[in-house]
Amino acid sequence: MDLVVLWFWLIALTFTLYFFLEGFDFGVDILRPFLARNEAEERALTGTIGPFWDGNEVWVIAAAGLMFSTFPVWYGAVFSGMYPVFVVILLCLLLRGVAFEYRNQVDQQRWRDLWDWMSFGGSAIPSFLWGLVMAKLIEGLPLNSEARVEAGIGVLFTPFSVAGGVASLLAFTLHGANFLLLRLHVDTPLYARARRAALVWGAFATVAILTFVVMGYVTEGLFTSFGLLPWVFPLAAFLTLISIWFALSRRRDTLAFVMSGLTIVFSTVTIFIALFTRDVVLPSTLDAAFDLTLAESASQHYTLVLMTWVGGIFLPLIIGYQVWNYYVFRERVRPDEGALAHGY
Amino acid sequence: MDVVDLSRFQFASTSIFHFFFVSLTVGLAFVIAIMETFAYARRTRGDDVYGRMTNFFGHLFLINFAVGVVTGIVQEFQFGMNWSEYSRFVGNIFGVPLALEVLMAFFLESTFIALWWFGKDRLKPWMRLGSIWLVAIGTQISAFWIVLANAWMHHPVGYEVVGDRAVLTDFSAVVFNYKALLYFAHVQGSAWTVAGFFVLGISAYHLLRRRGVDVFSRSLRIALVVAAVGTVFSATSGHREAQVARIDQPMKFAAMEAQWETSDSPAPWSMVAVIDEGEQRNPFSVEIPYVGSILAYNSLEGRYEGLVPLNEEYQELYGEGDYIPPVTPIYWSFRIMVGIGSLLLLAAFGGLFLWWRRRERLDRTRWYLRALVLLIPLPWIANFAGWIVTEMGRQPFMVYGLLTVQEGVSANSVPEVLTGLIGLWVVYLALIGLDIFLLTVTARAGVDHKPEKQIMAAPAPNYGGEGFQDYDRKA
Repeated sequence: MDLVVLWFWLIALTFTLYFFLEGFDFGVDILRPFLARNEAEERALTGTIGPFWDGNEVWVIAAAGLMFSTFPVWYGAVFSGMYPVFVVILLCLLLRGVAFEYRNQVDQQRWRDLWDWMSFGGSAIPSFLWGLVMAKLIEGLPLNSEARVEAGIGVLFTPFSVAGGVASLLAFTLHGANFLLLRLHVDTPLYARARRAALVWGAFATVAILTFVVMGYVTEGLFTSFGLLPWVFPLAAFLTLISIWFALSRRRDTLAFVMSGLTIVFSTVTIFIALFTRDVVLPSTLDAAFDLTLAESASQHYTLVLMTWVGGIFLPLIIGYQVWNYYVFRERVRPDEGALAHGY
Repeated sequence: MDVVDLSRFQFASTSIFHFFFVSLTVGLAFVIAIMETFAYARRTRGDDVYGRMTNFFGHLFLINFAVGVVTGIVQEFQFGMNWSEYSRFVGNIFGVPLALEVLMAFFLESTFIALWWFGKDRLKPWMRLGSIWLVAIGTQISAFWIVLANAWMHHPVGYEVVGDRAVLTDFSAVVFNYKALLYFAHVQGSAWTVAGFFVLGISAYHLLRRRGVDVFSRSLRIALVVAAVGTVFSATSGHREAQVARIDQPMKFAAMEAQWETSDSPAPWSMVAVIDEGEQRNPFSVEIPYVGSILAYNSLEGRYEGLVPLNEEYQELYGEGDYIPPVTPIYWSFRIMVGIGSLLLLAAFGGLFLWWRRRERLDRTRWYLRALVLLIPLPWIANFAGWIVTEMGRQPFMVYGLLTVQEGVSANSVPEVLTGLIGLWVVYLALIGLDIFLLTVTARAGVDHKPEKQIMAAPAPNYGGEGFQDYDRKA
């Protein structure tokens, strides 16, 4: 297979894994103010993602690093073209990441409240912005003839990209609620609340994703390039989303989580198919002739061969030890007195 | 201020801030792995001194670790954000070590740190020991690749310019770049120095108050060895780096010495000077004879070229322009770095000497312990100065001899970059402040504080006492 194509899809894979994994830890942080009624419950909710969030977050660094080495022109155009968005994402990730470590270091309610806000905002805002970035990726940026973006912040907020942001925000929240169903003891009130949240946010997420897809179809004409086969993915995303409701009402928690995960996977894949079927990585909104194509934004063969060896060895290894990490901390968490005392 | 200046300032500040956290992470990971190994080897004895030591310094490590991780994301993104022309020009080369760093190191560190810290009641002792060693090894691998990438910018190898891009042709040349190996030794040495003096200072603080003596007298000795190795590493590799710079980056070497005209042979070494960059001369300078030649050649004779003749040579090679980097900050930063480095070298070996002569009484040598407490911030200042020397010395090039910073910058607007810069500064200053505050509070509390009362690290998952508890007890 052509290495350029292979690497395009490996980058799609890293983004997909990132959204799948960080999606639920963002979701847990977003839901915490709504679900937790006392300190023990707050800590229990953090405990559900405590050993995992850091490893999840590295997937976005991997996505950026792999893009840098295999598609330098794409990397440069996307990251400089959406400069203000990435600054905000970075600031959020900075504050949210340290909130995990700093929240419990000082025994004062105001201190804890401050960091809880950081966790909430630092998760909700990137959840919205990642959807916006993905929507802009297919909608395109004002690329000029030299593949440079010279544009202000205004072009980043279109109805379509905002719809994308809302869809990802709600999908991550739903995914987080489903994750909690797997991580909390079933006999706790917190579990019951998480379950109700999953049903409510699931309904919202369904509406948002449906709106996003319809907008993409009607106003943007994004899926006109799709053949019959790629249509499977947006359809599958929608079907999995619907099935969450069935899973939840039949108390099949694992199925619900798998389905919200698959919704995210299929949606992300749809985005990359929308690019791939047009043979572009970033369309230009100025002129179709300035579109950034796969071939011209990729690195030369030698680098791709090198990266294929390295990726082929390390990606399976990483997935292996991350799975082990999830296995070690698989036991369900309980928000009782122990949650207050437990910590090192 | 234009976009180039702002972007340069942003890169410099985010990198220096980032290194503030990660130098401690890289060094301390290693020290804690050593402590954990002692704890493992002596786990059958009742006292568990090393276990308590690992917990205490592990807590400090964790406070610092998260900030290093998240500031690293900024590093990975900002090449694309602020230096997209650069990314496009060399991404197929420069991106490779960065991607390798993520695949080989970041995942390893961030996954196994969780297994080590939260796995206290889940993993067998040997698994926990293995986890912290994987974290420690991960941090060193990470340092290797990023320093390799940086060294390539100073001394590009294994490429060929095709059209408007530099294209990778020989990856092994990039990996075995002699400059990269020197830089790696230097960065590694300075990280061990940072961590060594960090542990030394904290141990000394508690020994002066005779608290937790059983723990801190041992951590003091471990850290003495680490600090001695670290300072020797950074001093020798740094000396060699300067000599190599005289050959492949002569402009940087001349700027370090503020040498405008070609020197005499034997060359003196200027200790302090008043530098007039406009007139291109030093109106006043205190010089030590011979030392300049020793520095450049390990010999009592030999001359090196000055900034003015070099500028003419560079103009012939690279076309019209001013190739003299900012001399004053480079000159002074070099002296600060070397001064602090020598002092720390002396302190580390002084400590080893005292340990050898006085044995247990090292713990009660109050003047030495007091000095150690005061030395804590110095390695960071030396690192800061070191980055100024090596990166400013590269100006105006981004990739030495190939691409200037002017050519590498993104087509962003000034308000865009300025707003982002202010945001980053506010957050970074807050993070540094908090990091120092929390490290100080936690370090002062000492080894016997009860975490649940005042301070504790990230909440561990609480399983409500059922299910599998402790591998040890079962076994």
